[in-house]
Amino acid sequence: MIQLQHVSKTFKVGKNKIEALKDVSLEIKKGEIFGVIGYSGAGKSTLIRCVNLLERPTGGRVFVDGVDILSLNKKNLQKLRRKIGMIFQGYNLLATATVYDNVAIPLMLEGVPKHEIKARTEKYLEIVGLKERSGAYPSQLSGGQKQRVAIARALAHEPEVLLSDEATSALDPNTTDSILELLLKVNRELGITIFLITHELDVIQRICDRVAVMEKGRIIESGTVVDIFTRPKEAMTKQFVRNESRFRIPSHVYRDLLATGRLVNLTFLGESAKDPALATLAKRYDVLPSIIAGGIDQLKDQSIGNLLVHLKGEADQVSEAVRYLRSGHIVVEEVSG
Amino acid sequence: MADFFNEWGDTIWEGFIQTMQMTGISLLFSIIIGIPLGVLLVLTRKNGQAENLAFYTVLNTVINVIRSIPFIILLFFILPFTKLIAGTTIGVKGVIVPLVVSCAPYIARLMESAMLEVNRGVIEAYQSMGISTPKIIWHVVIREARSPMILGLTIATIGLIGETAMAGLVGAGGLGDLAYQFGHVRFQPDVMYAVIIILIIIVQIIQSVGNAFARKLKKD
Ligand SMILES: Nc1ncnc2c1ncn2[C@@H]1O[C@H](COP(=O)(O)OP(=O)(O)OP(=O)(O)O)[C@@H](O)[C@H]1O
Ligand SMILES: [Mg+2]
Repeated sequence: MIQLQHVSKTFKVGKNKIEALKDVSLEIKKGEIFGVIGYSGAGKSTLIRCVNLLERPTGGRVFVDGVDILSLNKKNLQKLRRKIGMIFQGYNLLATATVYDNVAIPLMLEGVPKHEIKARTEKYLEIVGLKERSGAYPSQLSGGQKQRVAIARALAHEPEVLLSDEATSALDPNTTDSILELLLKVNRELGITIFLITHELDVIQRICDRVAVMEKGRIIESGTVVDIFTRPKEAMTKQFVRNESRFRIPSHVYRDLLATGRLVNLTFLGESAKDPALATLAKRYDVLPSIIAGGIDQLKDQSIGNLLVHLKGEADQVSEAVRYLRSGHIVVEEVSG
Repeated sequence: MADFFNEWGDTIWEGFIQTMQMTGISLLFSIIIGIPLGVLLVLTRKNGQAENLAFYTVLNTVINVIRSIPFIILLFFILPFTKLIAGTTIGVKGVIVPLVVSCAPYIARLMESAMLEVNRGVIEAYQSMGISTPKIIWHVVIREARSPMILGLTIATIGLIGETAMAGLVGAGGLGDLAYQFGHVRFQPDVMYAVIIILIIIVQIIQSVGNAFARKLKKD
């Protein structure tokens, strides 16, 4: 659906050059929800804006639906943009227009026939759950409601792709949840491919199929959300995942536990959850496994279990036990304090 | 009181009509020239939708130059130009040209600053929907800026009324001229006071109508 090939973008500010994107390649498949996560200034907004050329890359190529969009003339670019909806952190609604008009005006400007404007506006306001507020002005709405209007506006063009630039970053957790639900519904029921960027792991975890991690203008790691959660490779990815899901244990507790054995973090999903690994361990080796902490991360389609386990016993027996654990489907990580 | 009106009513009425004519006609032309100039300033400035720094710099400088010449000097300074455009340099007709030359750049500046206040994100959202720049200017920028634009036009109108007072110098008449002629030259202070009160009322009405209109258009 969307392919970015070796995309780079350099901003010139006076004499300085800012390399916002460095050789970024990505592919977003039809029907999936693809997320890019990274800290502020990583280049996420620049990246997503390259997909509809709100920002023109200084190098590389961008394909949407197989079309090399950098080669399009103005007219064709405008046509293409109608297939790509976009929502923003700041909603970007007309303050002087009602909810209804905010959805209807762009359709009117696009030359959609009158009766269809009405039908579509009502349909999509219904989908986002704001039909009753048609006559309200944006200043009378909450942040979540404003974002719903923006989503209805984007959907009313019946796009194939929806781009989301931090659409939930200004919202509280509950409102974020309801907007994420809505995006999931848009993806599942209307079949719209979603490309989103965020700095919140929660967003990735809840609705994305695949994810890329961005740092200083580069994609440093990418894969399915499950992979990133269970086997993060890069330090920054680990930092993101850790912050979200690992246990906060006081350091003196760690110290005491490490004095009497080893600590391992076990991550398991799907089938491996049924494997009675710890029971087997205790039976086969002369070690006493005890669970220090545990939790479950709910991803879009599956859940991931996390256990922090203390293995008490003779050093060689504990080593054997760890080797045994590693041989299965469980992802094992030694914790050293 | 009745005596005063009998004696001066016609003269004051005539001055009032002349002031309204001068203000109305030059305001109309100034708007027709000033709003497009304001749009051009917004479009061609750095990071504008049709960035053209050479054009912007020239337009910006011309506007600054005109705005720095006091009206009374401008009036005489552009006499040949006035003659060329209006065919005369005296009377109401002769004063319209300098009023427009003075007011249009002012309106351009006021419109520019009103339009620059429009949230860039909204403009980008419309660009991302594949909507052309002229449509964005009309349906997004001007629509969103209409409230401060009305306030700007109110300010410009009131400024224009002040400038018409100097129009007496080229024989265009008007309330300002009346006050000057009778109050200063012939020393008839009661006429001057009456004129001043009328001017105050006119300005109050214009400002209130402008404010009310702007508030109504604001919507938030
Ligand atoms: N128009 C611009 N002109 C100059 N520099 C820019 C411009 N847009 C972005 N940058 C720079 O490019 C880098 C990446 O910015 P970008 O907005 O893409 O980051 P981001 O990951 O979206 O961050 P945030 O989470 O804060 O939105 C930053 O260093 C930023 O200062
Ligand atoms: Mg950003």
